[in-house]
Amino acid sequence: MQQIAVETKDLSVVYSSGFKALDSVNLELPSGKITGFIGPSGAGKTTLIRVLVGRQKTTGGTATVLGSPAGSAKLRGRCSYMTQNLSVYPDLTVAENLSYFARMLGLRGGAVRTAVQDVVRLVDLVPQADQVVGSLSGGQKQRVSLAVALLGDAQLLFLDEPTVGLDPVLREQLWKLFRELAGKGKTIIVTGHVMDEANHCDDLVLIRSGKVLAHASPHELCAQTHSRSVEESFIKLVEGQK
Amino acid sequence: MSPRKTFATSRRVLAQLHHDPRTLVLLFVVPPVLITVLKYVFQNTAVFDHIAPMLLGIFPMVMMFLVTSIATLRERSNGTLERLMTMPIGKVDFILGYALAFSALAFVQALIAAGVMLGVLHVTVLGGTLPTLIGAVLSAFLGTALGLFVSAFAATEFQAVQFMPAFIFPQLLVCGLFVARDQMAKLLQWLADVFPLTYSVDAMKQITSHAGWTGTLMRDFAVVIAYAVAALFLGSLTIRRQEWSAD
Repeated sequence: MQQIAVETKDLSVVYSSGFKALDSVNLELPSGKITGFIGPSGAGKTTLIRVLVGRQKTTGGTATVLGSPAGSAKLRGRCSYMTQNLSVYPDLTVAENLSYFARMLGLRGGAVRTAVQDVVRLVDLVPQADQVVGSLSGGQKQRVSLAVALLGDAQLLFLDEPTVGLDPVLREQLWKLFRELAGKGKTIIVTGHVMDEANHCDDLVLIRSGKVLAHASPHELCAQTHSRSVEESFIKLVEGQK
Repeated sequence: MSPRKTFATSRRVLAQLHHDPRTLVLLFVVPPVLITVLKYVFQNTAVFDHIAPMLLGIFPMVMMFLVTSIATLRERSNGTLERLMTMPIGKVDFILGYALAFSALAFVQALIAAGVMLGVLHVTVLGGTLPTLIGAVLSAFLGTALGLFVSAFAATEFQAVQFMPAFIFPQLLVCGLFVARDQMAKLLQWLADVFPLTYSVDAMKQITSHAGWTGTLMRDFAVVIAYAVAALFLGSLTIRRQEWSAD
């Protein structure tokens, strides 16, 4: 039987203005797979990720991550989080940034050095390791941020728009990396608003206006909606809602 | 709490400043330069000898307040605090890491400013060099703690800078630098009694005019430390694992 990494029941986030960022979201996300939260900007993808990493307060329902309530102290270190903005120190070098975050994850001495060397290689930033992050290109900064999320031994990676602004070649390389990580048993949850990228995911959650429109694999989704692409499925689902 | 993570945070903050020579110049060069300028503003009068030690109780606090509030605000606005709060790091590790790093800088700043004041400008303080240094470091520690606290109430660096006139200037006006406190209106005296900068300046006055560790000096130091610890505690409360912000 397939293990569940994330489960939400009637999960809601309603702001004091009355805006429903998440509206009774019910999900069961499988372990060891790449799940994509796909939807337009403002759909609620980032809010959902922030709830799952324990940063966002909720107004209703429950969220369980790796068997524990979202945000539990024991999940820190078992989950990693790449935020939408860069979330690294622009005035430190790549290696200094990674060393610091590695220490915050509890690594020490030689383990810090090894972890830093490993992730720098994974994101292809070896020549830039001693450069100050602020001097790097946008795509390189994005990879530093991703490298921080790859430090340590997190079982579950939450990556909020990890491929935005990257050139197509680099995007393909990163998707290959995500696939390798999933192959090693890690669960990866990514957000995106580019429907083309949805085909890289094993499992898709289409979100709009805080509601889940559909949850299926790309193939199943297209079959269910008689569509040729995820984008077409999305449009049909939105029109069906109206 | 983890001392390793606290010290790692301190090292990281210091490394950031190491890459930022302009800020280091601001921290280390500006206070002694300003004190030296005042020496020549008040040349041929006894005013400078009277106010110079008080300035050593003010400049470190003001500069550390500014630098710390902006540095902490950057943690909040660039997302690094968001990421750190999902990691196994205690809020105390984060706050103390900052406080330690800036206190180390404050020590160097105090050494330079006091060295110039006592050694180059030949200001006489009856209390001696050690209490003068301690007073300057405590002033900087207070500025660091208050900067950490107020950064929670600013959304941008522009707003953080606005806290200078709103939060620091009133303390500066009534602390006894310009007019003795007992000559001010009663309301201002009460305000001065609750403002922490008053005790930092008061301590420097004590050091200037009294030899040894007087009871008033010890009380002033204790009040400055108490305010700084309270500000650090309140600062830690403003850092939350869970928030309501819409990202």
